[in-house]
Amino acid sequence: MKQEQLYDVLIIGGGMIGSAIAREMSRYKLKIGVLEKNLDVCYETSGRNSAVVHGGFAYDTGTLKARLCVEGNQMMEELSQELDFSFKRCGKVLVGNTEEEMETLERTLKQGEKNGSTGLEIIDEERLHELVPAVVGKFALFSPNSGILDPFAYTIALAENAHANGVDYFFDREVTDIIRKEDGTYLLTVCEKNVSRPGNVLSTNTTSNPHPSTHKKQEFTCRWVVNAAGLGCGKISEMLGIKGYKIIGSKGDYIILDKRTGALLPMPVYPVPSNTYMGIHVTNTIDGNVTVGPNAELVTDFEYYGVPQESMDYLAESASNLWPHIHKSDYIRNYSGILPKWVDENGAIQDFKIEILDSIAPNAINLIGIESPGLTAAVPIARYAINLMKEREELEENPEFNPKRNGIKRFSELTTDEKSQLIKDNPDYGEVICRCEMVTKSEILQAIHNPLGVSTLTGVKYRTRTMMGRCQGGYCQMRLEQMIEEELEKKETEVLYGRQGSWVLSGKVREVDYS
Amino acid sequence: MKKVDAIIIGGGPAGLAAAIELHKNGITDILILEREKQMGGILRQCIHDGFGLTRFKTTLSGPEYAQRFIDEVIKLYIPFKTDTTVLEIADDQTYSDDQANSNNQTKSANQPNTYNKIITAVSKDGLIQYQAKAVILTMGCRERTRGALAIPGERPAGVFTAGVAQAYMNLYNRMPGKEIVILGSGDIGMIMARRFTLEGAHVQAVLEIQPVPSGLPRNIQQCLNDYEIPLYLNHTVTEIHGNARLTGVTVAKVDEHLKPIDGTQQYNSCDTLILSVGLIPENELSIDAGVLLDQRTKGAIIDEHFQTNVEGLFAAGNVLHVHDLVDFVSMEAEKLAESAAVYIKEGKLPNCSIEIKTDHNIGHTIPQKISGNQDVNLSLRVKSLLKNCKIVICQNGVEIASRKMKKALPAEMIYIPIKANKIKTMDYLEVKVEC
Repeated sequence: MKQEQLYDVLIIGGGMIGSAIAREMSRYKLKIGVLEKNLDVCYETSGRNSAVVHGGFAYDTGTLKARLCVEGNQMMEELSQELDFSFKRCGKVLVGNTEEEMETLERTLKQGEKNGSTGLEIIDEERLHELVPAVVGKFALFSPNSGILDPFAYTIALAENAHANGVDYFFDREVTDIIRKEDGTYLLTVCEKNVSRPGNVLSTNTTSNPHPSTHKKQEFTCRWVVNAAGLGCGKISEMLGIKGYKIIGSKGDYIILDKRTGALLPMPVYPVPSNTYMGIHVTNTIDGNVTVGPNAELVTDFEYYGVPQESMDYLAESASNLWPHIHKSDYIRNYSGILPKWVDENGAIQDFKIEILDSIAPNAINLIGIESPGLTAAVPIARYAINLMKEREELEENPEFNPKRNGIKRFSELTTDEKSQLIKDNPDYGEVICRCEMVTKSEILQAIHNPLGVSTLTGVKYRTRTMMGRCQGGYCQMRLEQMIEEELEKKETEVLYGRQGSWVLSGKVREVDYS
Repeated sequence: MKKVDAIIIGGGPAGLAAAIELHKNGITDILILEREKQMGGILRQCIHDGFGLTRFKTTLSGPEYAQRFIDEVIKLYIPFKTDTTVLEIADDQTYSDDQANSNNQTKSANQPNTYNKIITAVSKDGLIQYQAKAVILTMGCRERTRGALAIPGERPAGVFTAGVAQAYMNLYNRMPGKEIVILGSGDIGMIMARRFTLEGAHVQAVLEIQPVPSGLPRNIQQCLNDYEIPLYLNHTVTEIHGNARLTGVTVAKVDEHLKPIDGTQQYNSCDTLILSVGLIPENELSIDAGVLLDQRTKGAIIDEHFQTNVEGLFAAGNVLHVHDLVDFVSMEAEKLAESAAVYIKEGKLPNCSIEIKTDHNIGHTIPQKISGNQDVNLSLRVKSLLKNCKIVICQNGVEIASRKMKKALPAEMIYIPIKANKIKTMDYLEVKVEC
C-alpha cells in the first residue's frame, strides 16, 4: 500500500468549505492536503444551490449562521477581486401579500438589523415594481446587500488559490477509515474508485470491458485533520469518534431558464420565508440565466440527484405566483442539490457546528451541518475553524502567501476592442467552440490544463461555461471530447463526463482512426 | 471596415444555394461566413443517401449533395471564410459611406447609406467588421435537448441528441454506446437507429410519444422495418436512471393527452439514450438584430421575398422553418436569392401587406405576408394527421387556391401555389382545412 508523506493538515472534502479552509490555512507555514472523493471540487452541495449571497437576516440572532453570513456578505467584493470570480451585489426582495406576511417581514427586518445586516427596508408595491417590474406582490422586504455569484467559479477559485499557495489536491480519494495512532498522528485510509486514469489502473482484466472498475487503497498521515465533508460530515465525524450527530439531507430541485429571460429579472425574488425554509424563489444567475426552485424534500440518500416530473410541475406553478415569465419553451436544464442539515432528536434544524473536542479527537476540526448560508459564509467559517486551531497551536505566517488568483479570461465578457486585442495576442481566442456561451478554444485549452488537474468534461464546463447554454453541448461537445483526448493523451474510453464511471464513449467506430 | 453587397451567414445547404443564385442574378460581391472548418453544414455528417432526389433527380449522400454546391461556389469564385463565427449583426443607419470609407469621395454625405448592416465576426485572423447591403440568414437549426424536454430523472452521461451521436460516429469515429434506446421518431433518430445497428450496437426500440411517427414513411421502412427495430407509438421515457453512466430508462405508454398511463411503466436497461425530438431554428443572431420570430416556427416572420421585418435581412432554409428534405432548403434559398438580388440592386422591394392567417388545423405557413402582385408557393404543415381533407386558401370567403389530400401528415410539408391574379383585394388570406 502506497503511503504519502506526513501532512500537517489533511482536509476531508474539497468543496467550497474545504477549499476555503485550505486557502485560509495556506496563509500559514503548514503542509496541507485536501482529500476529495469526487473528480472535481464542485460536484455536490457547493455546485448545486441557488448561488445567492445572503444578507444574513433570515437566521436567529446570535447563531453562527447569522454572524458568519453577515461577515461573509461584507467581504464578498474583496474576495471576488482577489480571486477573480464574478459577484454582483444586485439586491433581493422577499415578496408578500397578506397582513400575516407583513408581520413576518417586519420581524425578519428587525432580526436582520440585530444580526448586523444593513440597508433592509420594507417597500411598497410601486417601489417593488421599480426594482422588479414583473413581480407579483403588494409589498416586500428589500435587502440591497444580497447578491449572486458563480458557485463553480468561486469554489474553483478558492481551490486554485490554495493550490498555488502549496496545498496538494487529491481527487477520487474517499476517506473510508480514520485511526489516531499512538504518536498522536492520524492515519487516513482512502479508496480510489476510478479507472481509466493513466497510471492508476491496477486491474489487468481490461479486454472484455472497456471501462474496468478498480478500487485501490491508499494511506495518508497527518497531525491535524479537518472534517469538511459536507454531506459526508456525519460519517467522518463518526470515524473521528465524535458520535451522535444526526444529519438529514434537504433535497431541492431547480429548473434553469434560457438567458433570454435574465433581462426580465434584475434580482432574486423570494416569497416570505417560513421558519425552516426559504421557499421557492426565482433567481437571476451571474451569467444571465434564471433558476426556479428549490422545493425541499427530506432525504437520506445523499447520492440521488434525480428531478421528478411532479417536482418540475410544482416549481413552475409555485414560482409563477411570484413572477409570470416561466414558460416551458425556455427550459434548458434542471438540477438538484442536497443541503446537509444537522437536526436534533425532534428534527429541529440546528446551527452550524464548528468544534474541536480535545477529549475525543484532539487536533481534529469537526464541521457539522454546513448548509445554507455556507456559500456566503465560507471564508468566515474557514477563519473561525482556523482560530480554534490557533488556540491550540501557534501558527507561523507564510510570507510567500499570495491572495491573488487569476481565472480564465472570458471572451464573451469583453468589449469589441478588447476582443480584437486579445485575438491579436492569442489567435486561439478567435476560434469560437461553444456558440451559445461564446467560449473560445483558448479558454477551453486553459480549462483542460487547469492547475488542479481535473480532466472531466464537466471540469471544462464549470471553468468556461461551455455546454451550459441553450444547446447543451449539441454543437461543441464532440470538439471538447476530442480536445481532452488530444491534450491529455487519453483514449476515448478514458474520457469521463463527470463522476467516476461516467464514460462518454464506448470506443471507436473503426479501429483505424482517421479523425 | 470592408464593404460587401451580401453577407451570407452559414455555409450549409441554404447559404451555398443562396450564394450561387445571387451570383446568377448578377450579384457577385458576396461573402459566405462559416463557423466550421469546412462548408456543407449538417450535411457533412449525413453520410446516408437519399439526398437530391427532387433537386438533382438522383440519390446522393449528404457530403456529395453539399459538394455539388461547394464546387459551384468555387467555380464561380464566390468568396467564403471558414472557421469564422459571427458575433453580431447590427442595423446601423448612422454609418455614412464617408465614415466607413474616407477614400470614397464620389458620394455626398447626405445620400442614404445602403451598406447599413454591420456584421462583426471573429476568426484566428482577428475580429473583423463588415458593412453589407443585405444579410442572408442561413444558420440552420439546433436540436431540442433533454433539458428542453424536461425529461425527469438523473443526469448521467450517455444521453445524446441524435445529431451529436451522428457527429461522434461519422465525423469523429467514436461510438457513443452499445445498448441503445431512441426517443422520438424524427428522421435523424431513425437514421441513427440504422447506423447504430450497422456498427454493431443493439437498438432496443424507437419510442414515439405521438400516435403517428414524426419522420418520413420511407425512413420507417428503410431504417426501422428493414432491420426489425421495433417502433412503439404512444410511448415515452418517463425517467432517466444512473448517476454516472446511463443504466436504464423507464418507459411508459401515454394517453391521448400524452400523459403517462399509470401501471404501464417499465424499466429498460440500456447505456445510451438517443433523442430525436425536434429541431429549433438557430435564431440567436437574428433576435439580437431585431428580427421578429413566429412563435410557431421559431423562425423569422417573412414576406414573399423572404425578407424579415428588418429591411435587408433575409432568411431561408432551416433557420426559417424546419424542412423535411434538403432539396427544399436549397430551392427555398434560391428563391430568396432572386429577391435579395433585386433588393441589392434597387434598394427596396415591393411592400407586402397581405397577411396570411391560419385555422387551428394548420401549424404555420411560410411566408406569413405577401404583396398580392406575384405568384407565391405557400408552404405549410398540418398540426395533426388528417384524412380525406381539402386545404383551402380564401380571401373574403372566396376560395383562391386549394389542395385535396387523402392523407396529410405533420411530418410532411405541404406546398400550395397561389396565383396573383386570384387575389382581388389587400385583405388577409385565410388557410383552413375542410374535411
